[in-house]
Amino acid sequence: MARWMDVVPSQIMRLVQIGDGEAAERLLTSGALWVCAGCLTCTQRCPKKLDPAAVIDALKEMSYAQGKVSAGQRKVLAFHKAFLKVVENAGRMSEIPLTALYKMTSGDFFSDVTMAPKMLARRKLPLVPKIVRNRKQVKRIFAACRKGAH
Amino acid sequence: MAPLGYYPGCSDHGSGCELGMSVHALANLAGVELREVEDWNCCGASAAHNLSHDLAVALPYRVLALAEAQGLTEILTPCAACFSRLKGTVVRLARSAELVDKMKEITGLEYRGPLKILNVVEFLNRLLAGGLKDKLTQPLAGLKVAPYYGCLLSRGSEGVIEGDDAENPASMTAAIKAAGGEAVAWNFATECCGGGFSMSFTDAVVDLSEQILADARASGADIIVTGCPMCHSNLDMRQLTINARGRGPYDVPVLYLSELVGLAAGLDPKVLGLDRHFIDAMRIVARREAKADAPAHA
Repeated sequence: MARWMDVVPSQIMRLVQIGDGEAAERLLTSGALWVCAGCLTCTQRCPKKLDPAAVIDALKEMSYAQGKVSAGQRKVLAFHKAFLKVVENAGRMSEIPLTALYKMTSGDFFSDVTMAPKMLARRKLPLVPKIVRNRKQVKRIFAACRKGAH
Repeated sequence: MAPLGYYPGCSDHGSGCELGMSVHALANLAGVELREVEDWNCCGASAAHNLSHDLAVALPYRVLALAEAQGLTEILTPCAACFSRLKGTVVRLARSAELVDKMKEITGLEYRGPLKILNVVEFLNRLLAGGLKDKLTQPLAGLKVAPYYGCLLSRGSEGVIEGDDAENPASMTAAIKAAGGEAVAWNFATECCGGGFSMSFTDAVVDLSEQILADARASGADIIVTGCPMCHSNLDMRQLTINARGRGPYDVPVLYLSELVGLAAGLDPKVLGLDRHFIDAMRIVARREAKADAPAHA
């Protein structure tokens, strides 16, 4: 994914080392954080045996908490948030609620509209989502993690 | 034989259903009982770790705690993404008693650990070594197969992938050979397909998946095999998007490794889910031959 990054993983690690206000701002507002797919190639190949993928995850969490997510990457953030909202409510991900919520919150209404009938035809789009029985426990986990973040 | 724990993952019910279907069919054939983790929840997949480190550990932790309470010691996790999250959590918890305490507080659940988490390739290799190999009576002789590991069956934090080379993995070779196929040498076996960005960054998924398809084709592969529902969706379903954008056109069937082994075992292709793919995979069925009729190879 590095080809879509404004700051590549090696530069991200250098900026973390520099660590001043300017470096932090550049890191937390970079689009690169949200372009990271978690493919772990940087961690696998780091000549210093560092774990840039874990560092990028931590930076994403900080960037989101401080409201500094790059405007260019709103769709990616909307997808992650929609995914977690569905899991918070149902305990599991299902394609229809996820797609509906993502489209509503991202403004990305019209992509892939022809895909749904094709998925239905292959019985790959369950109309009745499966949910966890003990949803209270799942909600408790989300609430506790949210609390811990503040 | 003690039952093996089973964590289907969310895609089992929808977009990635063929993986669970073929895994169940093979377990049945091998006489292995799969016992689902009761009331399992989503592992957080490609989303949780971006926004909350605690949540990315707590969601798999609940699954592990439930499995342990159920008396399970080993959990088959066919989805590569779920496998990566569950096993990564087992590894992290084993290293830090502090993290275990924190997760206990967040979830209210006990976990002692460590549980063993199996991915689909390890599971198939175990079945094959345990006698399934002798039941593969309808090999797909000469089928050229591109083994696609992607990210999460080749890389992980330390300890997640055992016994394979991250840069040149070979764990799928035995199953491909046992099914009568030939694993082709190619360049994109561990390249990323764009993973969870199918909807939110489709352009990247289209570019990356096209490169993978192009290299598979250039290597002479008849099919690609994978062990990941996200990779499968990006390579199979998104092949339509790639073609619709005027690239290609590509027409490469993408199978789960378990479907390929199931075919060689003579199982009904529909029971394996083969008729549910976007790029026709049923054409592979005709490549099966009964071993008894096959000419003896030197």
